[in-house]
Amino acid sequence: MNIKEIKELMKMLVETDITELNLESDGTKIVIKKGIPGTVQPVVKVTPTPAPVACPEGNVVQPEATVITSALEEKEKPLALNQEYICAEIVGTFYKASSPGEEPFVDLGQTVEPGQTLCIIEAMKVMNEIESPARAKVIEVLVEDAQPVEYGQPLFLIERI
Amino acid sequence: MFRKILIANRGEIALRVIRACKELGINTVAIYSEADQDSLHVRYADEAVCVGPAAPGKSYLNIINIISTATITGVDAIHPGYGFLAENPRFVEICDTHNIKFIGPTAQAMEKMGDKAQAKRMMKKQGIPVIPGSDGPLTSLEEAMKLAEEIGYPVIIKASAGGGGRGMRVVYSAEDLKKAVQTAQMEAEASFGQPEVYLEKYIEKPRHIEIQLLFDEQGNGIYLGERDCSLQRRHQKILEESPSPSVTPELRKLLGEAALKGARAVGYSNAGTVEFLLDEQDQFYFMEMNTRIQVEHPVTEMVTGIDLVKQQIRIAAGEPLPLRQEEIVFKGHAIECRINAEDPEKKFLPNPGRIDFYHAPGGPGIRIDSSAYSGCVITPYYDSMVSKLIAWGENREEAIARMIRALEEFEITGILSTILFHLEILYNPGFRKGEVNTNFINNLINELQTE
Repeated sequence: MNIKEIKELMKMLVETDITELNLESDGTKIVIKKGIPGTVQPVVKVTPTPAPVACPEGNVVQPEATVITSALEEKEKPLALNQEYICAEIVGTFYKASSPGEEPFVDLGQTVEPGQTLCIIEAMKVMNEIESPARAKVIEVLVEDAQPVEYGQPLFLIERI
Repeated sequence: MFRKILIANRGEIALRVIRACKELGINTVAIYSEADQDSLHVRYADEAVCVGPAAPGKSYLNIINIISTATITGVDAIHPGYGFLAENPRFVEICDTHNIKFIGPTAQAMEKMGDKAQAKRMMKKQGIPVIPGSDGPLTSLEEAMKLAEEIGYPVIIKASAGGGGRGMRVVYSAEDLKKAVQTAQMEAEASFGQPEVYLEKYIEKPRHIEIQLLFDEQGNGIYLGERDCSLQRRHQKILEESPSPSVTPELRKLLGEAALKGARAVGYSNAGTVEFLLDEQDQFYFMEMNTRIQVEHPVTEMVTGIDLVKQQIRIAAGEPLPLRQEEIVFKGHAIECRINAEDPEKKFLPNPGRIDFYHAPGGPGIRIDSSAYSGCVITPYYDSMVSKLIAWGENREEAIARMIRALEEFEITGILSTILFHLEILYNPGFRKGEVNTNFINNLINELQTE
């Protein structure tokens, strides 16, 4: 798949009502999504090989790429009272349990106490425990196990109770 | 050659490094603070990771988050740009521990030149002229008074760990000495965390001449001519040029060889700049060495044709120098104006805000190094630089004519900038004749105020 072909696909999305296209060809997988007008486009960066491709309208994902998604898209959703995001304050890798195979620290819908460990963010071999600031219910888990996270990235949506 | 480099900086220099990487086929990782999420360097890099909130201490100086980013994105080298962590030996050591190549000198070389008082002592030992002054940090007020009497007023008090024009006080007579030393010590503590200050002879009407050096990791070094950076406001450079109107080929050779000797003494590698002061008798004195790429590097690139940032990357990857000293040719004349978001009519007060319309000049001999664009925000958290405008000409007259033409084309609305002030400099008869020294800008400001 070369740049010209990718641009043709992107053009197709822009000119039609198609909002998402998944294509597999010659060992390459491409996912192109069209942003919703009026919202801020997420800044998603990927590691392409061999030549970098800048796609202003879509997100191009290649296999084995390191993708760190931006916090912007999530933060656009309006929140109810008492709801807040728990965001990463360090750059690292998110882990939902203390070690592989163990039970996750928290489940969806679970009530947590102030200071209770929600997850671990590992940075340079140091395991940093992220704690809940208050008594709350876990409404959403926004990242996946072993996902790289950046500063400000929303990890959980909680509702204080 | 490296596969992927992380750029530990922001703004125009981050863009500069990303451009060099792209040309070399190297993938790039940008880091940014929450205040910079719409920056050009974030858009141009292949990957971008947010490392903290706006405050530099929590983002661009956040070593933990930066190294964590480097580890997660799998980079093999880090380019520090200038400022921030560029001259931080601890950061270099941490990169070394994590097997990430730091694009710059070794921690030891950096440390030796980082202590300004120690660097002076070393140069003196090498037989390189230094400004007469205290042998290391001042130990007492009595020492300061005695030295000042010996050397003769005026003298200047400087912070040992200082740089960038901060933590300095000029003293014209004995009665002002005590207060100056105490104030300088307080400033030094506040700005650099160390109160040590040293004293030296203050040279009136000096010219600031710096020599660009390149050393490969096999120990070979070359000098790439000089830059005249005499035009400064409060020790902040605002216009630089190469060659210097004050430097003859013979003086250039003396300065170049002195600079090489000094850098060799600390086992220097990669790009660096040795700063000298030139007095009215053309005697030169070592001031300090900057162990990084500098803001004004484009001026040297324009007259030598050598891409310094690419050379930094190549050298760090183990390649030898591209040229021998005899092969270096200087062509034409280059001038750089640093366009800042400052109000020249209000003592250059920083003027952050949103640039509504940005249109940069073009045409022959014009280069712009900037990360500004229409609609971008100049934030109050970092420096106030908007753009670097560089003009090259076959000779100084043409460079000046091109710079004037380019400044007149330059449009920046929404914030106040120093464009008009730069035009005043270029129209000034003294400047056009090449009669510049470090008092020039202050004199010009006074002149303009009385008009």
